[in-house]
Amino acid sequence: MLSKSAANLAMALHIENLTVARGGRTILAELSLSAKAGEAVLLTGANGAGKTTLLRAIAGLLPIAHGAIRLDGSAAEAGEGVAESCHFVGHLNGIKPALTVAENATFWARYLGGPTDGVPSALEQLRMADLAPIQAAYLSAGQKRRLGLTRLLVAPRPVWLMDEPAVSLDVASQELLADAVNRHLSRGGIVVAATHQPLGFVPSREHRLGRFAVTERLASSTIGEEGAP
Amino acid sequence: MNGFGVLLGRDLKLAVREGGAIGTALGFYLVVVAMLPLSVGPDLNLLTRIAAGILWVALLLSALLSLPRLFEADHEDGVLEVLAMAPLPLEAAAGAKSLAHWLSTGVPLTLMAPLLGLMLNLELSAYPVLIATMLVGTPAISFIGAIGAALTLRSRRGGLLIALLVLPLYIPTLIFGISAMQASAFGTGGFGPSFLILAAISLASMVLGPLAAAAALRMQIG
Repeated sequence: MLSKSAANLAMALHIENLTVARGGRTILAELSLSAKAGEAVLLTGANGAGKTTLLRAIAGLLPIAHGAIRLDGSAAEAGEGVAESCHFVGHLNGIKPALTVAENATFWARYLGGPTDGVPSALEQLRMADLAPIQAAYLSAGQKRRLGLTRLLVAPRPVWLMDEPAVSLDVASQELLADAVNRHLSRGGIVVAATHQPLGFVPSREHRLGRFAVTERLASSTIGEEGAP
Repeated sequence: MNGFGVLLGRDLKLAVREGGAIGTALGFYLVVVAMLPLSVGPDLNLLTRIAAGILWVALLLSALLSLPRLFEADHEDGVLEVLAMAPLPLEAAAGAKSLAHWLSTGVPLTLMAPLLGLMLNLELSAYPVLIATMLVGTPAISFIGAIGAALTLRSRRGGLLIALLVLPLYIPTLIFGISAMQASAFGTGGFGPSFLILAAISLASMVLGPLAAAAALRMQIG
């Protein structure tokens, strides 16, 4: 773990001139963004501005029309793709209702190549340890969300892509999430989060996505503005 | 390969715990085969002649029932997205899920076929051949079916569409499975070649099925 954390410090995520189209409509055009180790980028923008599209494109879940997404650092040199170095937390939690809390977490640890002995402490960090033997089907919405978030902790990945991660979390759970994010950043991780509500951690940078209207297609070369919030 | 085993184990555990898919397939198989003697009458010689064909066709239809859920459940709860980002290639994940489908559907159906053979007056000497051809032939059902399941993932009422897409692709398996059984039953020779072609179809589908299914899944996710 220590060597991995140290290596992470040299890491940086670069997005260059990214264009993504969905259903024949350009959602993101010529977007450039970068984040160094230990930085958190907050994506803001109105509904439909392309926050989720950007996160999914980085995660390799959407085809890229044009541009590049690179991850410099140890993982890239080891031949891993960008997607394999990322955790993506979307609207769905990625948990199996028929499995218990512990089985869900253990499955992700083993499947994503994390140490299985880290599962109890990951559950402990998100206050899920007491629920470990319970089937995920019987959890509340907030507990399901927390179980989904344990995936971030059981398998180490340098880049966390989070789409509204605090949905259905109560105040105490939001603090647990913020703690986990801050720990990740202090170890040299990178966080790109899209949200409408405060997440409890201080973003290094805010990137505002604008709606890309058809009429602006030729006029605007960049749609975002980078700068301190 | 570790991730392959982990996913295979999880899918088998889910199949046992959720239970519905195996039970439905076995029950459907039983009902279809039980209805046949009622419809053609109790002519034992006729039943013996058509037993192999009935057992095979009913098995294909029964295995088809659980195919729509192959990727659907993982898609609905967001697991599929994480599988697509994992170190294990999506092709291998599709292969693991297809293998789990075969172990949890194809194998139980194959083991049930001899029992149903009793209802159709299947000759005793045909039982080993029946089990052998079905065991060798059924992997093709799961691995080819995975392509259909992946292609129809986001279409509503995809179940019927899967049947239309996939059943024609099962025809070679059906032909060579039955011809192997007939060759053995009538002693006409030709069991070996039919059996080997049946095995070849299954092996080819094990390679090509996951590749095509993973390509379709990527399209569906994006």
